[in-house]
Amino acid sequence: MESYALLVAASLNAGTLLAIAALGLLINERAGIVNLGAEGMMLVAAIAGFATAVHTGSDWLAFAAGMGAGALLAAVFGGLVIWLNTNQYAAGLALSLFGSGFSAFVGIGYVQEKLSTRPSFAVPLLADIPFVGPALFRQHPMVYFAVALTVLLAWFLYRSRAGLVLRAVGESPESAHALGYPVRRIRLAAVMAGGALCGLAGAYVSVIYTPLWVEGMIAGKGWIALALTTFATWRPARVLLGAYLFGFVTMLQFHLQGQGVQIASQFLSMLPYLSTIVVLVLISSNASFIRANMPASLGKPFFPGS
Amino acid sequence: MNLKSKRDLLKLAGWSTLAATAALVGCGKKEEAAAPAADAASAASAPAPKAEPLKIAFAYVGPVGDGGWTFAHDNARKALEKEFGDKIATSFVEKVPEAADAERVFRDMAGQGNKLIFGTTFGYMEPMLKAAADLKDVKFEHATGYKQAENMRTYDSRTYEGAYMAGVIAGKMTKTNTLGVVGSVPIPEVIRNINSFTLGAQSTNPKVKVKVVWVNQWFDPPKETEAAQSLINGGADVLMQNTDSSAVLQTAEKNGKYAFGWDSDMTAYGPKAHLGSAIINWAPYYIAAVREALDGKWTAGAGKHAWWGVKEGAIDMVSVAEVVPAEVKEQVEKVKAGLKDGSFAIWKGPILGQDGKEVVKKDEVADDKFLSGINFYVKGVEGKVPSGK
Amino acid sequence: MLRLEVRPQPSRWMSVASPLLACAITVLLGLGLFLLLGKDPLRGLQMFFWEPVKSAYAWSELGIKATPLVLIALGLALCFRSNVWNIGAEGQFIVGALAGGWVAMQATPDTGRGIVVLILLAGVAGGMAWAAITALLRDRFNASEILVSLMLVYVADLLLGYLVYGPWKDPNGYNFPQTISFLAATKIPRLVEGWRVNIGVLIALVSVLGFWLLLFRTYAGFALQVGGLAPAAARYAGFSSRRALWTALLLSGGMAGLAGALEAAGPLGQLTPYVPAGYGFAAIIVAFVGRLHPLGIVFSGILMSMFYIGGELAQSRLGLPKSITGVFQGLLLFSLLACDTLIHYRLRFGKPHKA
Repeated sequence: MESYALLVAASLNAGTLLAIAALGLLINERAGIVNLGAEGMMLVAAIAGFATAVHTGSDWLAFAAGMGAGALLAAVFGGLVIWLNTNQYAAGLALSLFGSGFSAFVGIGYVQEKLSTRPSFAVPLLADIPFVGPALFRQHPMVYFAVALTVLLAWFLYRSRAGLVLRAVGESPESAHALGYPVRRIRLAAVMAGGALCGLAGAYVSVIYTPLWVEGMIAGKGWIALALTTFATWRPARVLLGAYLFGFVTMLQFHLQGQGVQIASQFLSMLPYLSTIVVLVLISSNASFIRANMPASLGKPFFPGS
Repeated sequence: MNLKSKRDLLKLAGWSTLAATAALVGCGKKEEAAAPAADAASAASAPAPKAEPLKIAFAYVGPVGDGGWTFAHDNARKALEKEFGDKIATSFVEKVPEAADAERVFRDMAGQGNKLIFGTTFGYMEPMLKAAADLKDVKFEHATGYKQAENMRTYDSRTYEGAYMAGVIAGKMTKTNTLGVVGSVPIPEVIRNINSFTLGAQSTNPKVKVKVVWVNQWFDPPKETEAAQSLINGGADVLMQNTDSSAVLQTAEKNGKYAFGWDSDMTAYGPKAHLGSAIINWAPYYIAAVREALDGKWTAGAGKHAWWGVKEGAIDMVSVAEVVPAEVKEQVEKVKAGLKDGSFAIWKGPILGQDGKEVVKKDEVADDKFLSGINFYVKGVEGKVPSGK
Repeated sequence: MLRLEVRPQPSRWMSVASPLLACAITVLLGLGLFLLLGKDPLRGLQMFFWEPVKSAYAWSELGIKATPLVLIALGLALCFRSNVWNIGAEGQFIVGALAGGWVAMQATPDTGRGIVVLILLAGVAGGMAWAAITALLRDRFNASEILVSLMLVYVADLLLGYLVYGPWKDPNGYNFPQTISFLAATKIPRLVEGWRVNIGVLIALVSVLGFWLLLFRTYAGFALQVGGLAPAAARYAGFSSRRALWTALLLSGGMAGLAGALEAAGPLGQLTPYVPAGYGFAAIIVAFVGRLHPLGIVFSGILMSMFYIGGELAQSRLGLPKSITGVFQGLLLFSLLACDTLIHYRLRFGKPHKA
């Protein structure tokens, strides 16, 4: 029983970083911008966060550094696609590729560094409830933050004026522009907010999840976060659930190996990716369902004054 | 500014950049003859040579900062420089992929005048063979491989001895009688290490069982963390690894469990969790090989394989923690002494396979050939060796 | 004040100049990077731009490196022009190598040289099959081809791992993860004795011609591109977007698979877990920097190969870190995208005229 509680805990942990990145991308996409550079932003933020943690010893500064790095890269991307109307997919890819190379390069000196012992957390009282305690209440604050972020984002999108404007920009930037809203600046703000959250997730990986730096350590989680926003049909709560599901599948492969399951470990390792495809297919197959939920201007350039 | 001159300005900028680049490159060409000689000295760290120094090059699969496998090789390279001073000049290339590109790197090293080349991972075997076939005046040393040529030989370290000693400690330190191993890739060397770890643990605690989780990589800290966590979740309270980063040790530290360092001394990465580090010291072998080369006594050929362990100073268990009881420390020292003088053999029968049948008969000592091809788990290890069907 | 003003029509001249300008910017940034690292910038430039082309042997190495890049990029260019975003070329490359490798492993000492043709055809088929999965899921279920093709890269990599660690492992290989070394009959014929360059280069050049013809001289190619540029117009004209999707994915998958088979039976000579070399992703850059044009791709393929080889040399001769190659490649693409804006906009000084 205990091991299942721990499996749940591990899944939540693994899913949290995906959730934070995916929520950031959701903000982007709600404004109509697809940022394929998530992986690159997360990598650069991971090294930025790790380096900051090494030099200052403060996790919170490290998170701030990660968010800053993510927002900066996102701003460059935003400048290219919002003002210069560069193809969003190409620019996002460029960001990913550049981020990989750049983070590897900058991180060279940090490969052997280590951080001070990571603290462990437990919510008093709640952490001792059998099963539920170890499963849910012995996590790093970031895990709870992800939940809070989901709630906050849902409130923002559906209950606040600013959120309404954001969604309007995503649905029809031309109409929003006609109504006098500064569409391009709103999009830039969304892109930068998204970048900051991706950056936070990246820093979380290198400072808390695996307190080390090694090049390429994000290992495709940025792409999975992108997939998450699609198959969660751009709704925050679904993103969170999808992220936890994914975290579960990720930990499941090791759990199954440990139980002596007789499937080759490579096939078990495929589980996360195959399940992403399956869920994508299921969600996308209902085209009208997707169309009803997808921001209508997603991926399309906007020309004010046209 | 009007259109015409702006266009002309851009044209001018474009052409002049091209011209400038061509000029720079062309100028660089003239320097080239002088450059390689000066360059070799700047790439190596030996002082200005008096007599012709022997040029030695190393190809690493990982970054020198990995704190594990490559770090150990590079430390040995530095030991070489200390030992031989200006009689040699060393250089290295890191992160050379284990693929076709490696051949180009070896050829380039030879082209730069290196006469002794070390390839420090298994995957360089074929590329090195191909290069060695064409470059008969260069000596090639290949780590952890099994193919040789007239100018290429292989070397390896008995990492399983370190694994055994870790097992001896682990058997006594576990409270749950469950040990966990984070395995890298299911090749004989790693399976042998898992088995030796188990044998060592059983020598102090016959009740232990060992669980294995494979990450299918040599170096992947996030995956290693997840694998270690899942072993801990499954009840293991002492972990060993065959991967190259300190992630497993750090995860053990986070969870209040124990683990070992691997390849290099990893005490600093998990002060409370660290029980000891099974390290590899390549310096003795490298110094011996270079001495042979300098004295003209270097030979290679089929079957020339050096497999060094505790006896030759290539393997050791260091930084054993305070919490380990004194009698366990003594036992580890006894094992070391026994391995040094040849009186102790880890793979001495009776050793049982998972099905209970004897794989090494009573009082028989397994030979190197047997050890090289190990493809099965001994009794006490859970699960099956991953090898397809 | 510097500002951007829309051009009345896109500048043809800038279309050609933009990659050159991007290259120049990357070179400049690179010089700065070398200086920052305390290395002689001229030597650095030399490593990247002179060493890889200074001898016939060097050109042979360049050819080996550029061939898979060009082959894959040709297919990707077709895809991107049709607005089909195949990010999974790496996976198609791997499966092509698997298929070609499997055929190569069936060879016996009596097999004739003709098996090489079979190997290459198998590679094409393998890559096509893998891409077909993406096409099917997009066609039938509307699943994003970007995400599906990318996930399939990871799956293909793991599949390769499973096969070389398991059923395809060389029984005489001491249990190491590799297949048998392919027999001599299966080796892709070399162009010149002693060098590694093989007929893959010729295949690449023929493909360049083939794609140029397809894109610019056939009705089908025209239909594909219109579908990409103006989907509504394409529908109106009766061009099937479905056919465009399948054509684009199958062709690019086939090209990537061909590159994979060439690599496996050529320089590698066996299958190992290290078959995937990132060509599928680098080819994306090659395609863009080559302006999605077959001829441009030849040049950008050579340029990228110079970056790869130069990066290796810079490491061994100058002690520069390996990741510098990745930085250059990323910078190149970014600069290209930035310079591309000059195709549609022009730089102007002064305030905009108020009519």
